[in-house]
Order: sequence, then C-alpha cells, then structure tokens
Amino acid sequence: MSALFKNRDLVIPGEVLYEGRIRTGDNTYRTQGKVSATRIGLVDYNQNMVSVIALEAGFNPLVGDLVIGEVIDIGLGSWTVDIDAASKAVLNVPDAIDVPFRTDIVMPDILDIGDTIVAKIVDMDRRRTPILSILGRGLGKIKDGFIIRLTPSKIPRLIGKKGSMVNMILKETGCRIAIGQNGRILIHGKTREQEETVVRVIEKIDREAHISGLTNRVQRYLKKLKEKK
Amino acid sequence: MSSRHNIVSRLKRKKIKEVITSGKRMDGRSLEDYREIVVKTGVLEKAEGSAEVLLGNTRVLVGVKIGIGHPFEDTPDKGVLMCNAEFTPIASPNFEPGPPREQSIELARVVDRGLRSAEIVDFSKLSLIPGKQVYLIHVDLYVLNYDGNLIDASALAAIAALKVAKRPVYKVEEGEIKLTKRKQSLKVRKTPVAVTLVKIDDTLLVDPSADEEEVMDARLTVTLDEDENVCAIQKSGSEGFTPDEIKKCIKIALEKAAENRQKL
Amino acid sequence: MSSRKKKTKFKRYDGRETNELRPIKIESGVLPNADGSAYIEMGRNKILVGVFGPREMHPKRFAKPNMASIRCRYHMAPFSTDPRRSPAPSRRDNEISMVMRYALEPAIFLERYPKSVIDIYAEILEADGGTRTACINAATVALVDAGIPMRDLVASCAAGKMDEKIILDLGDYEDKEGQADVPVAYMPKLGKVTLLQMDGILSTDELEQCISLAIDGCMQIYEIQREALKKKYGLTEEEVEEK
Repeated sequence: MSALFKNRDLVIPGEVLYEGRIRTGDNTYRTQGKVSATRIGLVDYNQNMVSVIALEAGFNPLVGDLVIGEVIDIGLGSWTVDIDAASKAVLNVPDAIDVPFRTDIVMPDILDIGDTIVAKIVDMDRRRTPILSILGRGLGKIKDGFIIRLTPSKIPRLIGKKGSMVNMILKETGCRIAIGQNGRILIHGKTREQEETVVRVIEKIDREAHISGLTNRVQRYLKKLKEKK
Repeated sequence: MSSRHNIVSRLKRKKIKEVITSGKRMDGRSLEDYREIVVKTGVLEKAEGSAEVLLGNTRVLVGVKIGIGHPFEDTPDKGVLMCNAEFTPIASPNFEPGPPREQSIELARVVDRGLRSAEIVDFSKLSLIPGKQVYLIHVDLYVLNYDGNLIDASALAAIAALKVAKRPVYKVEEGEIKLTKRKQSLKVRKTPVAVTLVKIDDTLLVDPSADEEEVMDARLTVTLDEDENVCAIQKSGSEGFTPDEIKKCIKIALEKAAENRQKL
Repeated sequence: MSSRKKKTKFKRYDGRETNELRPIKIESGVLPNADGSAYIEMGRNKILVGVFGPREMHPKRFAKPNMASIRCRYHMAPFSTDPRRSPAPSRRDNEISMVMRYALEPAIFLERYPKSVIDIYAEILEADGGTRTACINAATVALVDAGIPMRDLVASCAAGKMDEKIILDLGDYEDKEGQADVPVAYMPKLGKVTLLQMDGILSTDELEQCISLAIDGCMQIYEIQREALKKKYGLTEEEVEEK
C-alpha cells in the first residue's frame, strides 16, 4: 500500500504509481492490484485517489465544453463541424438560429463551408458524435481575428485558476481572446503588436506548461515584451 | 488530433489579406523576406549524396543515388538524371500514403527542369557504352514536414546534395562494365536556385507559408542560375498574372536567388 | 556479465560484445505537423515516425464501431538502401506494417476511441538491419508523444545466431550473413512479448536463449525510450528562467 513516486513527478505510460487499494483518477488504470499511468504527465496523489495530469493529450469532447470549430460540410438541416476530435461534430439548424422552423431557410446564408464558429457541446448522440449549439452569449460565427492552436491538455494552464492567466493576458495586451477546450484559440486585437504579443505568450505557455511558477513567469515575460517597445 | 480536409478557412483568408495590406505577414516577415534557411549536407551514409533543407518549418531531405542503366532513346550518349518527389504522410495531416499525386509530380518535374536546363553537369561525360549503358543519377526529394514552398526548399536541397555527391567510377574493359573502387565528384558546374512567389489580392510575396499557399490566388516559380539565366518557370494556381507582374516577379527572383545561393 | 566472459576471443564485425546493443538515440516531438512523432537512430538506421489521430476513419465503412483502428505504414525511402529501391511498397513492407501493428496494438487503449483511426507512419531514411524493431521503438515514443492512452511502452530488438554464437541486435551484415534472426517486441511492465518472428534455423534451446537475450535488450531500450520521453520536459524552473 504505497505511493511509488513523489507528487508532481514526471511519469510515463505503464509506470506503476501505486500498489494497493486506491481510487483511480484521470489517465490511470488498474491492473493486477496496481495502478499505472496511461499518459505522460505529472502524478498527483490526492487523499484516496491517484491521477496523472497529462502533458500530452488530444481533445476528448464532453458535454458543456466550449469549442472553436470549422464548418466543413452542409447537409439537410445540419452542418458538419471539425473540432479536432476523434469524430466530427454536428450542428443542427434549431441549435443555430433562434426562430421557429421554416422551410425556406438558405443554410449557407447562416453558416457556410469554411466559416469558423464558437460553440458549446450540448449533447453526445448514440454514436458519440458531439452535438453543438451556437445559441447563447459569446457563441456563434467568428467574423474577425485568427486562430492558433495549443495542445488541448495545456488549455487549463492558459485559462489559469478561475481564469487568472487569461485575464492577466487580456489586461496586459487588450486583446480579445476566446479559448476552445479543443485547443483552438481565437485572438483578435486592435493592433498587430498586441496580437503578436499574445501569440508569443501562448507559445511560452506551450513550452513551459509543466513547470511550476508559470503565472509569475508569464507576468514577467509580458512586462519584458512591453518594455522592448 | 489532426483534421483531414482541404477547406480554406474564411477567417484565415480574411486575416492574411488584412495583414498583407499593411506590408507585413502573419509571421512578422515583410513581403520579400524568406524564412530562415538551414542547409545540411552529407546527412546520409548510403546515398551517394544527400542534403537536408529547413525553410522555416518546411523540411525536405534529398538523397542522390548513382548507378548505371539504359540511356534515354533520344540521348543515347548521355547520362541520365531523374527527379522523383515523395510527399510522405508524416509531413502533413492532409498527405495520404500512396502513389504520387499531381502535386508531388509537379514538384519533381519543376526541380528536374531547373537542373536539366541549367546543364548542371556535363551529361556527355557520363556515358559508358553509348546507347547501352550510362550513369543514372536518381534525385529523390523527400518531404518530411510541409509548411509551404516545397519547390524552393527541394530545389535547394537537390543542388546541395548533387554538389557533395560522389559517384562510383565504372570502367569499360573489352565491352564489359566493371566497378572500380574509385569515387568521383559529379563536377557540378551550375547552381540553379528556385524562387517562388504567390499573388494574394494583387500583392506579390516570396516564400509562401502553408497558410499563404492555401489562400493564394496564383503562384509563380522562377529558377535562375548564377549567370542570371532563367532555367525553369512554373505558373500554378487558378488566377492569372499580368505581364507586368511577371516582370516584377522575375526581378525579385533574380535578387532572392542570389541571396539563397549564398546559403549553399 | 562477468569480466571473464568479456575476454572471449569472439568479436563481432563491428567490435561489439555478443550481448551489446548498437548505439541508440531517440528524440520525441520532432515533427511539427504530426500529433506525435519520434526520430530514432539505432546503429546506422535512421527512422522518423509520425502519429496522427485518433481521427475520423475514411472511408467510413472501414471503421470499427466499438474501438479505434490502427493503421501502420512501414515505408523505405528510395535512398535508404544500396542499391536504390523503388518507392512503391513491396510485399515485405506490407508484412512489416502488419506485424508492427500487432506489436503495438496490445499497448493501446483502443476501446476509448470507437469509429476512429490512429495512423502510424514510419519512414525509413536509412536502413541498417533491424528496421522493424527500430520502427517499433520510435512508434511507441511517438504514440506517447501524441497523448494516446497506453498500458505500457513497447520496446523491441532482435537476437540471433552468427558463427555459432547467440548475439544481440543484429546489424545489416549479421542480418544477411547470420544463421538466424529473431526480432522480439516486449512490454516491459506487463511482461508480454508482442512481436516474435524468426528467420533461419535454431535448436529449441538456442531459440529460448535468443528470446531471453532479446528481452534483455528490450529492457535496455526501454530505459532509452523513457529518457527520450522525459527529456522533452526536462527543464527545471531555474533553467526556464534563464531563457
């Protein structure tokens, strides 16, 4: 009955984290009475649970997730949206426009192929296809800005505790930032300099997400970039 | 989790065009800037010549294999040079494994034309038994990571690999061909360099990134040797160039080819 | 190994001991466009592996409703061998692609991604004997780098027989001139062999010796894989600050 690593040690898949009875958290599995890691990450022993904070992980869509996606196809009454998940997402007409059903709507007028949207996952259907909605505040078609990508497992670090990290970046740069849990980030600033600063900061977070003291480092980095100008 | 579709994002197109009107590009370059170029030669042991070129995130490996075989029918007394390009599926989520598609065939042919027209080597000296056996030079362009402008990166890697290549020397004795232990350089005498420009909303920019190639209207590649002769041209994309634009492209290409030749 | 044993007269063509691996270097996260990637040098083998997915399977009818599919592609560059080879895949390449898939599949939680596909592409840039084992070693690291949930790593190397001696990790020459070649892949923590092939002729005793020697080799390679994976995250707080 013992922990085989220290908290926040770096572990790789297959490494035994705990021998004995304990609850298994994220990115772990039990085999032959032992708990092992399934992903590379930082081990976290917490009361009666052991889990791994993954450093590399793709996007695993869950109901309630905010995502940024691209319309790649138009069907009868629905759009197909690429959200960088293992399967494409679906947006149905009633989840895209808030009007009673009409037969004369022209779908490309609402959303066309190549459009980018901020959406919420409202359901997963029987075949595990994420169902999206763009009805609600902050959701819908994106008209300005650009998208960059960050490994989805690092998105929580970009958001920070209760949004502390993203709010700090917002305050320091004045850029509008929308973060999709699927790793796509929308950036829209008033000037190119603002936008470039945000890109640099996100690249830094990408490199250093696993090293503690990130918020302070990013703060100092933002100051340094400001002084350069 | 990579996507696999070839739809151009409207948001991306709009943003790229917006930034270009200010004379800059998404990655901070000005319109006539190349990304950083790194050329490494002799990276493989089994190839007779090899080179790897990094052009920003674009990465191309070229292996030159030299053997003997039949000449082309129309040039029975000359050695043969053949280019082949492979878009490996590791280079982009949009590349699929399988036989070469039109894009990789285009890449191989454009690079090939540049090398051949510039007469980089004296092919008449690469004949063993005229009409029967000549030296065969295979130049394999291997795309390892795609971030736009494969032609310029591949052309640079190809000429770099040919310059360091050492061919096995064969002897003809009483009508029979024998391999000797000697190796000899190919004596490359010209250095053709390709310069690619794209047109986006009537603006010309050099060395397009993958995003810029995605939203471009048309593309023009001009290959030049050190004597400022044009040795290959390729226009691509579904828009046209005005004759003035073409003149401007050639002028820019002349300058950029000379700059990039210094990287070799 | 006792020091007495090391003094035996037998030397391999490249000067190695019978139980010695070739030098191995692995690097993870080398391809910007892949979801996961790794580069390996094992002897003179030079191989790049890229992993894509889990992503939607095309055409859709090939998708499995209850789990992810794995597609493996073992491909040799035309300049990877002497003389040049055709870039079209051979029967040999197709077989190796398949055994690679069977070697890696047991380590992956396939049931987590129904209907989807994980593509594993290995490009052999230079071949020097034992390419399939080197591919498996790099593919494992690339899968972890892609964040695909795994039960264990898979480490792989061959053992064989040459000049009546049982030897580890055959090079190109030993592969061609030797009496037998037994490539093995092994999941070190779970203790399972996931690749086993043999070419040549061996007594049952010799075969057992080969398997056991190859597993010893896999354990050494496992440590190299682990170091390669951890290296990407090796910087400490102080080192980051300096940058």
